[in-house]
Amino acid sequence: MAEFVAFVLLLAVAAYACGGGTDYGAGFWDLTAGGTERGKRPRWLIDHAMAPVWEVNNVWLIFVLILMWTGFPVLFQTVFTAMWLPFALAALGMVLRGAGFALRKPSRRLARRRLYGAVFAIASLLTPFCLGAAVGAIASGRIAPGTEASAHAWATPASLLFGLLTVAGTALLGAVFLTADAKRFDAPDLVGYFRLRALAALVAVALTAVGVLLVTRGDAPHVWHGLTHGAGLALAIVSAVFFVATGLLVLRGQTHWARFSAVGIVGAAVFAWGLAQRPYLIPTSLSVADAAGDSQTLLWLSVVSLVALLFVLPAVFFLYWLDTHGELEPLTDADLRPTGPLRGDAVDGD
Amino acid sequence: MHITLHLLAADAPAQLLPARELMAFTLASHIILVPMGVALPLITLVMHSIGLRRNDATALLLARRWSAVMAVQFAIGVVTGTVLSFEFGLLWPGLMGKWGDVFGIGFGVEAWAFFLEAVLIAIYLYGWRRLKPRTHFLLGLPLPVTALLGAFGILAANAWMNTPRGFSLDSQGKPVDVNVWKAVFTPMFGPQYWHFVVAMLLTAGYVVAGVYAVGWLRGRRDRYHRLGFTVPFTLAAVATPVQFFLGDSITRQVFQKQPVKFAATEIVWKTDSHVPEYLYGRLHPDGSISGGIKFPQLDSILAGFSPDTVVTGLSSVPASDRPNATQATIAHWAFDTMVVAGSLLLLLALWYGLVWLRHRRLPDSKWFFRGAACAGVGSVIAVECGWITTEVGRQPWIVYQNMRVAEAVTSTRSTTLWIMFGLVIVVYVFIFGAFLTVLLKMRDRWRLADAETSGRPDGRPVDAPEAVTPYGPRPAVPAGDAPSSGDGDSTASRGGDA
Ligand code: HDD
Ligand code: HEM
Ligand code: HEM
Repeated sequence: MAEFVAFVLLLAVAAYACGGGTDYGAGFWDLTAGGTERGKRPRWLIDHAMAPVWEVNNVWLIFVLILMWTGFPVLFQTVFTAMWLPFALAALGMVLRGAGFALRKPSRRLARRRLYGAVFAIASLLTPFCLGAAVGAIASGRIAPGTEASAHAWATPASLLFGLLTVAGTALLGAVFLTADAKRFDAPDLVGYFRLRALAALVAVALTAVGVLLVTRGDAPHVWHGLTHGAGLALAIVSAVFFVATGLLVLRGQTHWARFSAVGIVGAAVFAWGLAQRPYLIPTSLSVADAAGDSQTLLWLSVVSLVALLFVLPAVFFLYWLDTHGELEPLTDADLRPTGPLRGDAVDGD
Repeated sequence: MHITLHLLAADAPAQLLPARELMAFTLASHIILVPMGVALPLITLVMHSIGLRRNDATALLLARRWSAVMAVQFAIGVVTGTVLSFEFGLLWPGLMGKWGDVFGIGFGVEAWAFFLEAVLIAIYLYGWRRLKPRTHFLLGLPLPVTALLGAFGILAANAWMNTPRGFSLDSQGKPVDVNVWKAVFTPMFGPQYWHFVVAMLLTAGYVVAGVYAVGWLRGRRDRYHRLGFTVPFTLAAVATPVQFFLGDSITRQVFQKQPVKFAATEIVWKTDSHVPEYLYGRLHPDGSISGGIKFPQLDSILAGFSPDTVVTGLSSVPASDRPNATQATIAHWAFDTMVVAGSLLLLLALWYGLVWLRHRRLPDSKWFFRGAACAGVGSVIAVECGWITTEVGRQPWIVYQNMRVAEAVTSTRSTTLWIMFGLVIVVYVFIFGAFLTVLLKMRDRWRLADAETSGRPDGRPVDAPEAVTPYGPRPAVPAGDAPSSGDGDSTASRGGDA
């Protein structure tokens, strides 16, 4: 049962990495889009592409947290105690990001839009970096139950490189999805714009991934062993294949398919990491079995997760489908003004 | 007793105070948005259905505008809620580490409720333009149910903290043998849940109606304002007497199931019968009470319908196991303020109901509309006070009689927490300030658009937004009866002042 819940946890982490990652990536390209005039069109696209789905993507994170504290209370306690600062910063970044994004759209004045936009963009960088750094600390076994909050735990090369890899990964997802969105929104100039950025992000991912593998070898022997054997190795290879495929698809301009392969890279990489850690949640101090909560709770948590799978997944996919088919559009100003005089009575005079 | 008091003070870790303040501040901020998150979709759907059924363009316009507000408000609710989830780990790792698997399952239900809610709300908010009107409405219909489900999770967790059960302790004091069913449906769950749900409906109704009450007071008495006022106000007015009844019953549940909390909220010091009721007033550490209005015997009568009812006093438990005099006074004031607010709202609702029954119209009095304009603020105050009663009245326990707040708190240094608290205040002030500005700006823009459409002289064109249709024309929203007049320009349907 604990194994199953751990698997669901990994699944939710992967989903958040892909869904949330795409959003953070969009924020990353917002940050780098340049001055107000130059960045106007990319920013317009980013706003429109992200709007309907970012809240759903955020719920994946909530789901991860809940699975952690209900299924593996000790894991939750350990991680949040030892890595207080990165998580506090990530939370702060998340608030600023969401608020900045939500407020930028309905604001009209340029100075305000700029302020909210800057807040949104900077926070989009901070949050994934901090979360990635936390993963690095876990993978390298820097923390263990009882570790106090200290920079020791996460101010390490492993954390730094995991953080950078996470940022690069989000940038890649963001650029690939935005390329496809540019096609969908009929903005050919932006297709080229984001394609170039997708390629740059691919290079960045490759470089940081090599860095991560190097420190893993030294700092995280357990994970390194997992990545070079069995299922971990297989998934790492899958991720690499997707990587090559994404490169080819982006180069050929088949952006529709590139989205799937980009998700494949990130998803397979997360699973490779998770499986490489087996049987530990935190190598090598906290195993799945040791951290597991009460067996009845785990049973119910599995039921809840299955219900989620049955109800929520179709709903979420329906939303993504509607979104990518252009069925969802924000209300425009014209929709929010009266179509007739307001002062009289109802047209059909009730 | 003196010694325990001192011990307690010395025992309380320095980081406890900032952690509490931070938790309270972020919760109190989040909770302002929650009524809107839970009940605004319902109110909007009611308006929407009126619009569809009667083919009423005004009702549809209102529903669309409320959707636009919801889009912004929902986002702020999501991010402030996410902060709370992080805070469970950042501030109270002891609570989650030990009890997470006992009471966490409620949150699991909440998680998928949030999923469905976020999906449906995205479809509802962004579906106005492209989806068929009926499909769009039907897809919005489950929204109130998901909101109820989300509230279920949170309230189950909170009620468990008040009356924990569904587990046994092993020799080391670790909870084992979890019974999930019992842990979710704790004795306080039912009373808290219904009291809470009705509070949300009532608050959202009064807040929305308040906006149009202000417009009414300023002389805008068109159908748009009448409809925008009547629908939410009627819902809230119906809910108010129900809430009064539920409030009375939850108080008796607290009396029976959390007697020490009841003693704190009624500042009862000694266990006794014929206990008087104090409206406000201060409890001192020696058990004396100063100030306040005293009603002899009333407390016993309210608690058990008879002056002979024995009410447990604070002094019945050791000082280390009960709220101190200051905390009791806080809980008492919060409780009384909630009851006062509830009573005033009841009067307002009765006024509305009586005028409606006798004349089938809105009351004429300016004072009614002044009251209605304040009702939103009053109910938000009641909600805040209700939570303060619940949380402060439970002190010093985080899990009643099972874990003290001091055992749950993080070991992070208090300086770090204070800095974080300062940062969070700055960020929240910025966010809520910006949120308010955005709402006011929206209102101004709509008011201008209304004036323009009704051909009034002050109808300047709305300042061009960043181009409504940057990439070619889009279909306008199907808007009920009036064939809608293309995009961006509604001059075609200008009908002059009717
Ligand atoms: C519009 C909001 C509103 C109104 C008018 C009232 N309440 Fe309330 N009350 C709440 C909103 C609320 C709340 C915010 O929803 C609380 C906080 C915790 C909870 O479950 O509900 C609450 C809690 C709460 C509690 C504490 C429960 C606990 O500690 O477990 C009591 C005893 C009452 N209420 C009693 C009343 C009474 C006697 C009222 C008489 C009019 C009343 N409330 C009106
Ligand atoms: C599931 C629901 C809730 C949980 C799990 C929860 C948890 C907590 C925790 C852990 C604390 C700190 C410990 C303490 O001082 O008791 C706290 C304090 C507090 N909470 Fe709650 N809370 C919940 C709901 C709320 C809500 C919705 C509010 C609304 C404003 C609220 C108001 C407060 C306040 C005012 C305090 C400070 C108490 C003090 O200063 O002593 N709580 N709560
Ligand atoms: C300690 C207590 C609380 C925690 C940990 C918490 C957590 C959260 C989280 C994580 C979200 C974001 C969900 C998303 O991403 O969609 C959220 C939003 C929300 N929360 Fe809370 N919450 C708390 C208190 C409450 C209470 C007491 C209610 C009452 C039912 C509530 C109702 C909502 C609603 C309706 C939303 C949706 C956003 C909105 O409509 O504003 N929350 N909360």
